[in-house]
Amino acid sequence: MTSETNSAARKVRSGVSHTLLVLVAIAFLGPLVYAVSTSLKPADEVFTATPHLFGSEIRWKNYADAFTFAPFDRYFLNSLLVAVAGTLVVVAASSMSAYAFARLKFRGREQLFVLFLGTLMVPQEVLIVPMYWLMQALGWVDSYWALILPWAFTAFGTFLLRQFFLTIPAELEEAARVDGCGPFGTFLRIMLPLARPAIAVLTVFTFISFWGSFLWPLIIINSVEDKGTVPLGLAQFVGQQGTQWNLMMAASIMAMLPTVLLVVLLQKHLVRGLLVTGLGGR
Amino acid sequence: MATDTTVAPPGAPAGAPRAGRRPALRRDGRYASVFLAPSLGGLALFTLFPTAMALGISLFDWPVFGERTFQGFGNYSHLMHDPVFRRVVLNTVLFVVLYVPLNVVVSLGLAVWLGPQIRGRQMFRVLFFIPVMTPMVANVMVWRLLFQPGGLIDGGLESWFGIDAPNFLGSSNWAMPAIVAMSIWQGFGYNFLVFSAAIDQVPQSQLESAQIDGAGPLQRFRYITWPMITPSMFFATTMTLITSFQVFAQPFILTQGGPGVATQTIVMYVYNQGWQFLQMGLASAAGWVLFVIIMGITAIQFVGQKRWVNYDV
Repeated sequence: MTSETNSAARKVRSGVSHTLLVLVAIAFLGPLVYAVSTSLKPADEVFTATPHLFGSEIRWKNYADAFTFAPFDRYFLNSLLVAVAGTLVVVAASSMSAYAFARLKFRGREQLFVLFLGTLMVPQEVLIVPMYWLMQALGWVDSYWALILPWAFTAFGTFLLRQFFLTIPAELEEAARVDGCGPFGTFLRIMLPLARPAIAVLTVFTFISFWGSFLWPLIIINSVEDKGTVPLGLAQFVGQQGTQWNLMMAASIMAMLPTVLLVVLLQKHLVRGLLVTGLGGR
Repeated sequence: MATDTTVAPPGAPAGAPRAGRRPALRRDGRYASVFLAPSLGGLALFTLFPTAMALGISLFDWPVFGERTFQGFGNYSHLMHDPVFRRVVLNTVLFVVLYVPLNVVVSLGLAVWLGPQIRGRQMFRVLFFIPVMTPMVANVMVWRLLFQPGGLIDGGLESWFGIDAPNFLGSSNWAMPAIVAMSIWQGFGYNFLVFSAAIDQVPQSQLESAQIDGAGPLQRFRYITWPMITPSMFFATTMTLITSFQVFAQPFILTQGGPGVATQTIVMYVYNQGWQFLQMGLASAAGWVLFVIIMGITAIQFVGQKRWVNYDV
């Protein structure tokens, strides 16, 4: 009898709990739903006395219009170029140094590794002033080089991949060495293929952080129409009189889509990678 | 290398058979320098050198164009006496004080609620994580529209509840809470994941037997779950503290630091000094003040952890 009432009470509680959770999810999604809804409305129906989910028509054309209102095609291409190039540099440089730290024996290895980790402590805000000066000295202000290279050598990737390399059994490499494989061969043919899951995680997080980066492009890019990235393009809307909110929301949604897709498609791997390494966002 | 006892005799021919570990060390060392070169070069040029350079620049009156003059600690004492900078530090501290506890409460509360018994929790993990990964500027744009007079919050309050909402972003009372609210929506998904994974490690059998022994939900949390998740708690609070001191895009786009300087943050001050007023020396000094604050907070966290973080379980 008591166990029956217990399980009934448990069912009720679980029902209430699940219902409340659905409400939490709806509240959480509210801003995004509102953004999508606004992105599909005619301009004069963005602000109405009573909020409506749908306007008088569903204007898909807003998404095309966003590209003519501001050069978003250019912004997207720039962002893609910078994020892909930056990610390639990060993955190449950090997998190489990670291999050295995980597998090669050399004097001062531990000290050097600590120095690497130490650089993670320095916040970007301290570096931007001298970095700008450095870019001036190199003649890289307002260039793709400046968007790609300065932040492509963080110790984070080295740390992540080193931790993964350490879990790969050494026997596999020794077998390759016996077969006459040098360190370069072992690295390319044994370690990299085995580290694919970790490299995938690093690739996605690096791509996403380049894709969303804002402060540095804001500083270093003067010709926004030419070399601007998507976040810079979005920020151009701010402060304009009579902001075209529907077009701006269309552009924001498009800026979010690639990252949302990556997160949804690779959810399991990302969660694991994130927890192993304690990635601090961007 | 204490174990490195086999030393090749001096003058031994290179590549002598069974030469021991020293040549292997030397050979590895040569390869290591090749493997390390890109990262080491990049870090030296783009992190180590600029860090030292930042300290140097902060000691100069360093306009973007024109004469540079040595100031000693002039920039730092200027900052200490600049009412704007003081206000900016206070604003940043206020943001941190509001944001960090709320973020932890929301993410931990939801992580406990969404325990292993909840169906579809993987979906919630992905859902809450989305704004963490989407471009910050896009997220903030959406909230700018939400907070706009006539936007969803204003319109909803007015037409559904008959409340005359303030102009959130234009009011010195409401602008900071608005920024905090937006930031929590954007950021709690990360800590939610961290806590959620930690709670997965708590053995269900222990919780169940405690329940049979008559422990209520609060007691079970306090005496079983909490001790096991303190390492995650330490990690999450430290990371959240560090990143929240660096807040920039949210106030920059929501309020431009306004009204007045009511929501201007330290990083915005760095940006303004450097790229609006072109005073690189002051910008650099402000950046170093932020760095010192962050290092201090991290040090306090690490010293304090002995009192409450439990690594034994």
